[in-house]
Amino acid sequence: MDKKEYIEYVESRSKKSPILQNLIRAFLLGGAICTLGQALLELYRLFIVELKDAQSLVSITLIAIAILLTGIGIFDNIARVAGAGTLVPITGFANAIASCAIDTKSEGFVMGVGAKIFSISGPVILFGTFSGVIYGIIYYIASMIWG
Amino acid sequence: MKDGIITFSRLPKITSYYSVVGSKEHNGPLGDYFDEWCEGDKFGKDSWEKAESEMQRRALAGALRKGNLVSDSLDVILAGDLLNQCVGSTYGLADFNVPYLGLYGACSTCAESILLASCLYGGGLASLCGAVTSSHYCSSERQFRFPLEYGGQRTPTAQWTTTGSGAFIIGGEGKVSIKNAMVGRIVNKGISDINNMGAAMAPAVIDTLTRYFSESTHSPEDFDLIITGDLGYEGSEIIKDLLLGKGIDIRKNHVDCGLMIFNRDTQDVHAGGSGCGCSAVVMASSIVPNLERGVIKNVLFLGTGALMSPMTLSQGESIPAVAHLVHLSSN
Amino acid sequence: MDIVINCLKAFLIGGAFCVVAQLLIDKTKLTPARILVCYVCVGVFLTAIGVYGPIVDFAGCGATVPLTGFGYAIANGVKTAIDEKGALGILTGGITGTAGGITAALCFGLIASLIFKSKPKD
Repeated sequence: MDKKEYIEYVESRSKKSPILQNLIRAFLLGGAICTLGQALLELYRLFIVELKDAQSLVSITLIAIAILLTGIGIFDNIARVAGAGTLVPITGFANAIASCAIDTKSEGFVMGVGAKIFSISGPVILFGTFSGVIYGIIYYIASMIWG
Repeated sequence: MKDGIITFSRLPKITSYYSVVGSKEHNGPLGDYFDEWCEGDKFGKDSWEKAESEMQRRALAGALRKGNLVSDSLDVILAGDLLNQCVGSTYGLADFNVPYLGLYGACSTCAESILLASCLYGGGLASLCGAVTSSHYCSSERQFRFPLEYGGQRTPTAQWTTTGSGAFIIGGEGKVSIKNAMVGRIVNKGISDINNMGAAMAPAVIDTLTRYFSESTHSPEDFDLIITGDLGYEGSEIIKDLLLGKGIDIRKNHVDCGLMIFNRDTQDVHAGGSGCGCSAVVMASSIVPNLERGVIKNVLFLGTGALMSPMTLSQGESIPAVAHLVHLSSN
Repeated sequence: MDIVINCLKAFLIGGAFCVVAQLLIDKTKLTPARILVCYVCVGVFLTAIGVYGPIVDFAGCGATVPLTGFGYAIANGVKTAIDEKGALGILTGGITGTAGGITAALCFGLIASLIFKSKPKD
């Protein structure tokens, strides 16, 4: 059996993730987090006029909740069930940052927490920012020509 | 060494042994058989790496105590773990002040250390050797996967690193002897999924077992148990299936330490336990005592190791594996 | 009544974003980290071509809370900054748009590391 045959053999027999169950859980929990966000947004709109500011405050609130749950050791248990349901909302981003920070404390605050805090969430910020810059260049040129 | 099988001019024996585990292992099916366990897995230390070292220290101290031995009587310690530079062993065993050789065989280290200790004794180079191995779920998770509090989902083929350390003292006294052994070859069949280590390691077991049965006069029926280190459910099924295709039927007597240590139905470990502590504590708590009592007479123990690092994995390399074999027998 | 409908929309669209990611996790070899990077970049792209704005208008937090919404905030920030400051906005807009989220996550993360310890898992 060569490598290719063996990989195919393993893939054909290995137990697959329960996809339907995972999808349902991701939908319900992911949807629930967004609903919580929406409810908070409706609440904040009572005090804050600017929609963007209210949206930012919603993100900040969800981040705070996610980080608190990470700290007391509950977030990973929820995520084990929710999968993408907690990963995709901003809560997953917050958990990635907080879990790195808590985990690397034993290596000190500068070279541990400081250096490693972005080890999981870094790619999101890097490529998000970079694609924003590309968009900015295109938008700027376009608005010079047609603006 | 004839045809790859190592035989010894004087027979090495397991003089003493000891197992230390964490709370999840204690709550597992073999919970009552371990010599020592610690609630919360910290072993009184403030970092997971220190906890793992402390586990090794307690394991060797326990084995010495159980065998009424002092550390000065050891000629050499052979030890290893999963951490970078094997720091679990070096920091844990420094205070014994015994000549030390660090080993890295990933999860095969338990078999590797027993094999090498047997060679040192069997070749007349040492009269008493320590063989110590450990793994800790929390320190391994940090090194190989994600931070502990990171919320991720495991696939059904993923395995759970065992928190535990097992120590064996190999010498001329004891009721269990090491009849022969075989050093595994590095086998890489192209599996690159870190969540399917069983499948990555299974070809190494098949390689070692087919070599062993073709070079020795033994057949699978000669053994009460053929026990693999940490193939888990996935890897165990693969070796039974593929070996059957080669005319070697181990379906009746094969067991896997990774499947024995946890209850897969209730403990959320997916395909079973893993880590070099897994085979070490299962052997020291359940297999060797039963050999001593004569409940079982002959056991083939295969330590299985996946020899990758997070760096090679992110460079897209597949996982090389090795399986070392030790033939244990009750006198 | 509006609130209930808004929440329902957020639930459905937000849930749908998560379902797509879950499908990618289970059905492809993409790691979660890559999927999240794709989500942010797709968010920037969809905002740039004018598709994501209407989704946000319809679903509210169902579109802003998932990571595509992070991309939406970056692209919007860039656009606003360029409109106000010209070329400099290309570099200042993205992080400005997401400043609240990133700063909150970093500061709360640091505070969490001061208070909490990682726990053994059962």
